[in-house]
Amino acid sequence: MFVWFHRLASPPFFYRFAEKLAPWLAWLSLLVILAGLYGGLWLSPPDYQQGDGFRIIYVHVPSAWISMLAYMVMASAAAIGLIWRMKLAHAVSAAAAPLGASFTFLALVTGSLWGKPMWGTYWVWDARLTSELILLFLYLGYIALNHAFEDRRTGDRASAILAIVGAVNVPIIHFSVNWWNTLHQGPTVFFGPKAEMPPNMYIPLFIMMFGFMLFFAAFMLKRLQVEVLQRERNTAWVRELVGQS
Amino acid sequence: MITALIERDLRLAYRRRGELATPVIFFVIVTALFPLALNPDPTLLRTLAPGVIWVSALLAVLIGQDSLFKTDYEDGSLELMLLSPITLEWIVLLRVFTHWLVTGLPLVILSLLMALLLDYPTHALGTLVMSLFLGTPILSCLGAVGASLTVGLRRGFMLLPILVLPLTVPVLIFGAAAAGRAAVGDTAAAPLYFLGAMLMLAVTLAPFAIAAGLRISLES
Repeated sequence: MFVWFHRLASPPFFYRFAEKLAPWLAWLSLLVILAGLYGGLWLSPPDYQQGDGFRIIYVHVPSAWISMLAYMVMASAAAIGLIWRMKLAHAVSAAAAPLGASFTFLALVTGSLWGKPMWGTYWVWDARLTSELILLFLYLGYIALNHAFEDRRTGDRASAILAIVGAVNVPIIHFSVNWWNTLHQGPTVFFGPKAEMPPNMYIPLFIMMFGFMLFFAAFMLKRLQVEVLQRERNTAWVRELVGQS
Repeated sequence: MITALIERDLRLAYRRRGELATPVIFFVIVTALFPLALNPDPTLLRTLAPGVIWVSALLAVLIGQDSLFKTDYEDGSLELMLLSPITLEWIVLLRVFTHWLVTGLPLVILSLLMALLLDYPTHALGTLVMSLFLGTPILSCLGAVGASLTVGLRRGFMLLPILVLPLTVPVLIFGAAAAGRAAVGDTAAAPLYFLGAMLMLAVTLAPFAIAAGLRISLES
């Protein structure tokens, strides 16, 4: 197990591994997302207050969830890369950042589209919206720093520090913004006697979240392949792969 | 050794006093721009004053942090500090402290003047100064993290605010809340305590991030 894990950290081995795994994940995510959409758009009942308008939740909540998951992936990979000097870990951070930024953007857009009919406005300075917006800024800062250096390795390590400082700050930001202003609907209870959502509403939501995770994983692998190729472009195995000598 | 470092920093600051005055002048000018852009109506200015002063202070501190390690990086003193028997974290903390003394503290004092220009109620001035007194060192620490990461870059000056501004949101929220509450006669103890807690956190954790950032910048 450990031997296999160690080999996974070697770029050529990882490249071939990702090459095999990514299509499976991508097709699986497509199937799961289609199933979740069918459940969400046809099988689940309309909301008693929001009618059919609530159905955007099936895109909004999974995107918001992936936006935070991607930051966790990015920051932990940055820490691993900094501590054990793993090349691949830095590539994981660099690959996760643009994906995370995209999902954050998606969560913000779907949220504001949802907000227009429900709250009467596209944007309010509500705590969770603001946290999400700051998360987008954190991603952009990370990406900007990562690309600012001529030497790729320095950029990786400098932006890794930024990602870790950001991760320490995220709970403080979240808490302070919450204290500042909140309008967003509270967390919904899914299970137990006080459940606020019927099963045919929340099961599609979980399916969608799982589908988005698979989608994220598949695209992470693809992006990582590109990152690995770019970083290892002067090595023999990449030249052999792209047919140059 | 520690006093020697502080003395050196202060003497250098005195020799370059024009450069160090820039953030403070920036703070005064930006604050003075708001009434021109908005409306010189005193009631409006009074409600906006805490936010205006805090945003201007935030930007001024961050702009000042760009010069924090620049000259030492360029003339090689930073490498000598890295080799010195005192750990880099300590040196960095001292540097941030002396830099705050010569740029942050004048700003805190000048905020009194700007508060009067914005018709901020005089009975709340103590809280405003206290909030800036606790808040600007946190901003210095955060800015120093950004400065340590961008010191080797030619365009670091542009990058620094983008990296650091999102991290300063909690300081801005609690600082402006303290000043705003005091202005309407509420108790501002809670946000001030939070600022104090964040200051402790920043002073204890930031030196490690700054030192790590400098090591990376010096390696390349």
